[in-house]
Amino acid sequence: FSSYHTTTRLLLVPVLWAQLLCGSVWGSELTFELPDNAKQCFYEDIIVGTKCTLEFQVVTGGHYDVDCRLEDPDGTVLYKEMKKQYDSFTFTAAKNGTYKFCFSNEFSTFTHKTVYFDFQVGDDPPLFPNENRVTALTQMESACVSIHEALKSVIDYQTHFRLREAQGRSRAEDLNTRVAFWSIGEAFILLVVSISQVVLLRSFFSDKKTTTTRVGS
Amino acid sequence: MYITRSCLTQILMFRRALYFHIGETEKKCFIEEIPDETMVIGKYRTQLWDKQTGSFLPSTPGLGMHVEIKDPDTKIVLSRQYGSDGRFTFTSHTPGEHQICLHSNSTKMALFAGGKLRVHLDIQVGEHTNNYPEIAAKDKLTELQLRVRQLLDQVDQIQKEQNYQRYREERFRMTSESTNQRVLWWSITQTLILLVTGVWQMRHLKSFFEAKKLV
Repeated sequence: FSSYHTTTRLLLVPVLWAQLLCGSVWGSELTFELPDNAKQCFYEDIIVGTKCTLEFQVVTGGHYDVDCRLEDPDGTVLYKEMKKQYDSFTFTAAKNGTYKFCFSNEFSTFTHKTVYFDFQVGDDPPLFPNENRVTALTQMESACVSIHEALKSVIDYQTHFRLREAQGRSRAEDLNTRVAFWSIGEAFILLVVSISQVVLLRSFFSDKKTTTTRVGS
Repeated sequence: MYITRSCLTQILMFRRALYFHIGETEKKCFIEEIPDETMVIGKYRTQLWDKQTGSFLPSTPGLGMHVEIKDPDTKIVLSRQYGSDGRFTFTSHTPGEHQICLHSNSTKMALFAGGKLRVHLDIQVGEHTNNYPEIAAKDKLTELQLRVRQLLDQVDQIQKEQNYQRYREERFRMTSESTNQRVLWWSITQTLILLVTGVWQMRHLKSFFEAKKLV
């Protein structure tokens, strides 16, 4: 029994270290470009009973909307929204297996969109390999834990603020380049139109002149 | 025993990663908008669709992925070929949108007849890249000290993000000012052009009609 115990402990420690090596949060946060008429799907293997959250926001493109769909391993649609700008959906996995979520831009003919999503699976793993988890947290430690949670939500708000602000910024930059092109274009059109007006008028009168001279002679 | 341990490590390292499908010549790009001096670690694992077994093979030798990372000025930061499993790291030196692109560079094109490649991807940014057990072991920190260290790293990341926000807001303000200036100058220029062309047209036509003895 003792050798089995030592083996499991020896196996458990590098396993937990491997888990922790992935980072302290079990979540994937990605920003990707979704071309027009395209659909992009992501898959994740989830264990039953895990609380998961899917949050997405459209960063740039068109009317800043996208279709989102979340399916469980049997294909049952858990969440489906059309033309949504941002949303957050929390669910608890009822089955083991591969969950699939897709973003679709198939309704758009020429605007490609940039979509941000954050898929959190489960809670954070603890900071240390838990060999002494039987003892309760001291006051200092629980204070640290609550500060950590608060800071995590601050970082989350900052991310969402940055995405909102990115929308405004890209519109402003678009406007700036459009104003420049339009100004040059309109100046050119003005000059062309005014010169061609004069040339056209002249051409009317030069025809009349030839007819009058013919009649005169 | 060591093999089992390393296998478990491998499996668990990617067990929780998101995956998606990519075509043979398809290039998938992800954008990371980050402040400067931020570390980004990306890990990926690829699996190839096997038509015979009708499932994805655990790992395929000879299957490579080309990773290309561009900074906000579209200058290439990293452009390397990795194997079917890879890990790439970079630290940003300018704040802004960095683009991470992956595309497969399969040596055996025939294997790709099925057309599906499964890529498990995990990108961690900033304080999520810190390996706390390693830091604890290296600096010999107690649990409380490690927690405080984690909080310090988080606060550091918040500060960097706020600095980046100030930089973005400045750029936004400059863009708006520039648009404002351009609209102002364009209005003045347009009025001037209109007046000048109007006057020119009148004078030209007047001299033309006088020459034709119509006026």
